[in-house]
Amino acid sequence: MKKFFLFAGIALVAALAYWAFLPRSPWTTEETETLRGLWLGSLSPLPPDPSNRYADDPRAAEFGHKLFFDTRFSSSGDVSCGTCHQPDLMFNDGLSLAEGVGTTDRKTMTVIGTAYSPWQFWDGRKDSQWSQALGPLESAVEHGGARTMYAHLIAEQYRAEYESIFGPMPDFSDRSRFPALAGPVDDPAARTAWDAMSPEDQDAVTQVFVNIGKAIAAYERLLLPASSRFDQYVEAMLNQDWRTMNNTLTEDEVAGLRLFIGKAECIQCHNGALFTNNDFHNTGVPTGQGLPLDMGRATGVQALLNDEFNCLSQWSEAGESDCAELRFLVSEGEQLEGAFKPSTLRNIAETAPYMHAGQFATLEEVLRHYNQAPDSPIGHTELEPLGLTDGEIAQLIAFLRALSGGVNADPKWLQAP
Amino acid sequence: MNKQTLAVIATAAVTTIIVIVGFILLMPIIGPRFLHPMMMGGSESAPAALDTATSRTTDNGLFTVSWRSDTDAVPLNQIHTWTLTVTTPDGAPVENAEISVDGGMPQHGHGLPTSPQVTEYLGNGEYRVEGLRFQMTGWWEVKFNISADGQSDSITFNLTLR
Repeated sequence: MKKFFLFAGIALVAALAYWAFLPRSPWTTEETETLRGLWLGSLSPLPPDPSNRYADDPRAAEFGHKLFFDTRFSSSGDVSCGTCHQPDLMFNDGLSLAEGVGTTDRKTMTVIGTAYSPWQFWDGRKDSQWSQALGPLESAVEHGGARTMYAHLIAEQYRAEYESIFGPMPDFSDRSRFPALAGPVDDPAARTAWDAMSPEDQDAVTQVFVNIGKAIAAYERLLLPASSRFDQYVEAMLNQDWRTMNNTLTEDEVAGLRLFIGKAECIQCHNGALFTNNDFHNTGVPTGQGLPLDMGRATGVQALLNDEFNCLSQWSEAGESDCAELRFLVSEGEQLEGAFKPSTLRNIAETAPYMHAGQFATLEEVLRHYNQAPDSPIGHTELEPLGLTDGEIAQLIAFLRALSGGVNADPKWLQAP
Repeated sequence: MNKQTLAVIATAAVTTIIVIVGFILLMPIIGPRFLHPMMMGGSESAPAALDTATSRTTDNGLFTVSWRSDTDAVPLNQIHTWTLTVTTPDGAPVENAEISVDGGMPQHGHGLPTSPQVTEYLGNGEYRVEGLRFQMTGWWEVKFNISADGQSDSITFNLTLR
């Protein structure tokens, strides 16, 4: 009898011990749901762009791909969209400040996954991919041109392809009506020439200019983030495949992930499957060296409301109900001052330097800034000191590196045609 | 000591050992799951008894208000529309009320990221609220100020976004 109880006891202890040491998820049910939300597999299907009738037209994407890499679309003849948005650099450029025909005040943002964002640029001064694409074309320091120049280029270089997609192109050959360089730009001569044009002629040119943006957007929509080791980890977790899970991320990376969704509070703004809430936040980032104070969203929102190409404009095909973001936006208040859009963290280790003017060279500098939470040069920072140790900062960086997965797109889109 | 007593003592001893050993072994597993939320307390947590009911009576009892999202669940980072139903406490629809919308995250001290508005009276005490978007997970407040027939009252709904 005694032996029986002893045996039963030992067997029970052994069974309990075996059960206790069975591999299992280190995440609670709530944490599992949080990780699922960050997982690329939870990204919704590509949302339609009702403001762009050609958004899902494959011919427009082919055409836009050519325009994206065509350096003739610049005043110097050697700048294209691809100059700053280089496929090999995650459609970024590795610079603090973007360099076109001149130097801008901001760092290049990636194009990957921007089809999901209601706002474009650091300050959200554009509300569609196509209207974003038009900004640099008429910026004096990026492509440096003006819209008649681009309309002439299309007429001379791409007429047949353009007309097969967008229909007949007006006759721009009369240079007295359609000057070589005219548009509502900074350059006084080009602006004067533009103001001298009739409204009908201006619209004819602007229509071609808008279609350039819509073709480029049709191409850019196809550039999506690819699965990273983090995504493989979450997928294994959801499949209860603990072995694969444990082989996919290191202990440090998992610890970094735990900090990311917990103590470090990164997930407040870097949430969802693209690791950005696409909103605007003041995180007290210092003013870029030698640059004027940057008001961020506070000026971006005014530019957006006055933008001739916004969702409610005559050049957008969207109905009023499709423009909810624009109609119900917050247009004033201190919260907009010095607020910038959080970058996607997918491929973030590949896109140094960081912040809106490339103020920080490394991820470590970024994390030390968040850990310290200094006062903002303007408005109020949303940060509070985090109390992260050096070891924890290293773990967070290890985790961020596991978010690199590259681009999910047909390889033909990842090089000049 | 007879055999029966011995058996009882042995059973008790083995059971105690199993419970103690089992508890020690299980601590690392059940610990984080059940103790973590308790240890995380403090200013970051929402009130324990947060009332997340979607149908409530306004602060001064003038109206009964309920909301539903036009999406399946309240989505993260996606602009969407709610339908608000306003009745008197005895269930009669409140027609053509003036309704303003406000809200935010009390723990973060910030407001809503958009300016939602009531854009249409749908009849039968129902109102369309457009332009709601929540860009963070956690505890949100959405406040409605309702004026009808010369009287006004407010209601604050709580919701927890995951």
